[in-house]
Amino acid sequence: MRKSFLRTIMVLAIMTVAATSLVAQNYAIVFKNTGNPYGEKQMAGFKTGIEEQGFQAILRAPDQPTAEAQISIIQQLIAQKVASICIVGNDFDALTPVLNQATAAGIKVFSLDSSVNPAARLTHVNQADSVKIGQTLVQAAYDMIGGKGEIAILSATSQASNQNLWISYMKQELTLPKYKNVKLVKVAYGDDLRDKSVSETEGLLKAYPNLKCIIAPTTVGVAAAGKVLTDKGLKGKVFLTGLGLPSEMATYIENGVCPYMFLWNPIDVGYLGSYVATALVGGKITGAVGDKFSAGRLGNYTITKAPDGGTEVLLGPPFKFDKSNIEEWKTVY
Amino acid sequence: MSERSISVDRPRSLKRFFFQWEWLLVLILIAVNVINSTLSPYYLNFGSLVGSTNSFLDMAFLVLPMTFVIILGNIDISVASTVALSAVVMAVSFNAGAPMPLAVALCLVVGTACGLFNGLIMVKFKELSSVIVTLATMIIFRGIAYVILEDQASGHFPAWYSFLAWGSVRHVPFILMVFAVCAVAFGLLLHKTSFGRKVFAMGNNLTAARYSGIKTDSVVVAVEALTGLMAGFTALFLTSRMGSTRPNVAQGYELSVIAMVVLGGVSTSGGSGRIGGPILAVFIIGYLNYGLGLVNTTANVLLIIVGSLLILSVLVLNLRFGRNRHPAPPGAKMIARGKVPEEKA
Repeated sequence: MRKSFLRTIMVLAIMTVAATSLVAQNYAIVFKNTGNPYGEKQMAGFKTGIEEQGFQAILRAPDQPTAEAQISIIQQLIAQKVASICIVGNDFDALTPVLNQATAAGIKVFSLDSSVNPAARLTHVNQADSVKIGQTLVQAAYDMIGGKGEIAILSATSQASNQNLWISYMKQELTLPKYKNVKLVKVAYGDDLRDKSVSETEGLLKAYPNLKCIIAPTTVGVAAAGKVLTDKGLKGKVFLTGLGLPSEMATYIENGVCPYMFLWNPIDVGYLGSYVATALVGGKITGAVGDKFSAGRLGNYTITKAPDGGTEVLLGPPFKFDKSNIEEWKTVY
Repeated sequence: MSERSISVDRPRSLKRFFFQWEWLLVLILIAVNVINSTLSPYYLNFGSLVGSTNSFLDMAFLVLPMTFVIILGNIDISVASTVALSAVVMAVSFNAGAPMPLAVALCLVVGTACGLFNGLIMVKFKELSSVIVTLATMIIFRGIAYVILEDQASGHFPAWYSFLAWGSVRHVPFILMVFAVCAVAFGLLLHKTSFGRKVFAMGNNLTAARYSGIKTDSVVVAVEALTGLMAGFTALFLTSRMGSTRPNVAQGYELSVIAMVVLGGVSTSGGSGRIGGPILAVFIIGYLNYGLGLVNTTANVLLIIVGSLLILSVLVLNLRFGRNRHPAPPGAKMIARGKVPEEKA
């Protein structure tokens, strides 16, 4: 019994050694934590992309969403001499020392979705173009209300940098002559808390009886607004759109309160990351502004300047979810 | 007249010396290292081994005082929150203009204060168990940390500060040296001083200890204050490792630390254990995590493996070593340790 156990261990060990020496290039992705459906999809997209290029992917995530847990994982990846590390950071600055160690060991380091300090990365793969998010959401509201009426924005916290960036692009889009009959009456802040978002929505409806559409560029806010509009029977009177999780928004898309909404596709974000990884390792790109590469089924991409001073690759316009595809996506994430 | 004597000296014998839980832990540690080096060709690499050791030593400072807490028969689940609060206070005070040495001192003071607070509540409200008290402070301390920093990170420390976690003197990591000093100090305190004997006595039978003149309240408060101080140390090293801090640091540390202490052979019902066991357990769990991480075991499987090891060790401890098999009558454990000669008629 014991002998056969030992033998199994030996065989396993030899197989591991053989496997690691055969496959010269391993590409790692480190997500924020385990058990996150959004992260599972992102890692799955990364794995698909790496494997279709004939390499091996290592998918890692700590059990706690903390930077210190990611540090241990990165140390293990450095010791394994992986070709590249794609990090979805739990902290902007805290990973800098360990990521610099990885770079010193010859590993190509870049961040994805949630960025790390430009000093610690070659480039960053960003979900969606902020300008396009602003434009798309305003256009959606315009189409829903027939080009005329009052609209409001339900945001997260007033300090959230990505929210404020999107809102500024929405306001910029609204200055176009096409939108002269659309009036933005208020930006409300639900702080990404469900109950606060609910009461803020109720406040908007009370204060602006002629409100035609609510844009909520936050997953918590858009779901809370969907609930309020459904409960008050305002379907068809006040429209809703924004950035939402398909699983949370399926009810409101199916009942017509929210004709359609948007989000990026996490599978595509991961898939794009896999091509950035191989392009960096293969020397096709260095992560500098203007570098061009092709990302399989997604087409060609160019590296651009990021607002944080580093460089980034933008996945593209946000993905649209409506009655035709929500059935399929609500089970995904 | 019958004569009866009780001796507190333990008989020295080779069999007794080797038949200790600590030796089994040494064997487990060797086994972990052998398995790891067969599993991954990258395991036996001095640089990476030192790197990973440094990382898990951050938490190890909490294991030393937690051994005292658990021998007392208490438990402290607020340690991770104390780490977070002291780290946050340090970072914020530094960024508010305090010189770094003052910020470091503040970090240790805040940690100790958190511990003192725990201890005082425990002795003032004896009807509350230590789990409940520290559950409450776990939420309070973390809450204050979140109020101070919200969801932001704070850092930008001077360059020398990173030496704490990353530096080494003649290839010996600085953190390892500090840990060794702390481990020796805590070992001496537990096993060679009257304070340590009081801790054991209280863990065995609190009432008896109180009636024999031990100031039990001050021992509880002192142990809790020490725990807070060591949480401050963990905060220093953890913050140095990351170069910044945020309110969610050290999440889940309390459970890992308690797991290490229990794996180290310290009885959760109090009164028994030695400092060496938990220290060995730190390295066992640390290298187990590192080795399995090298072959890319997922975090959830890692949790299952560590959990199983814990259950196994507690089972073996209770079945093989006969500790805590039955709830002992007051004072029984102390007598059981000593030599009770047969009565002469």
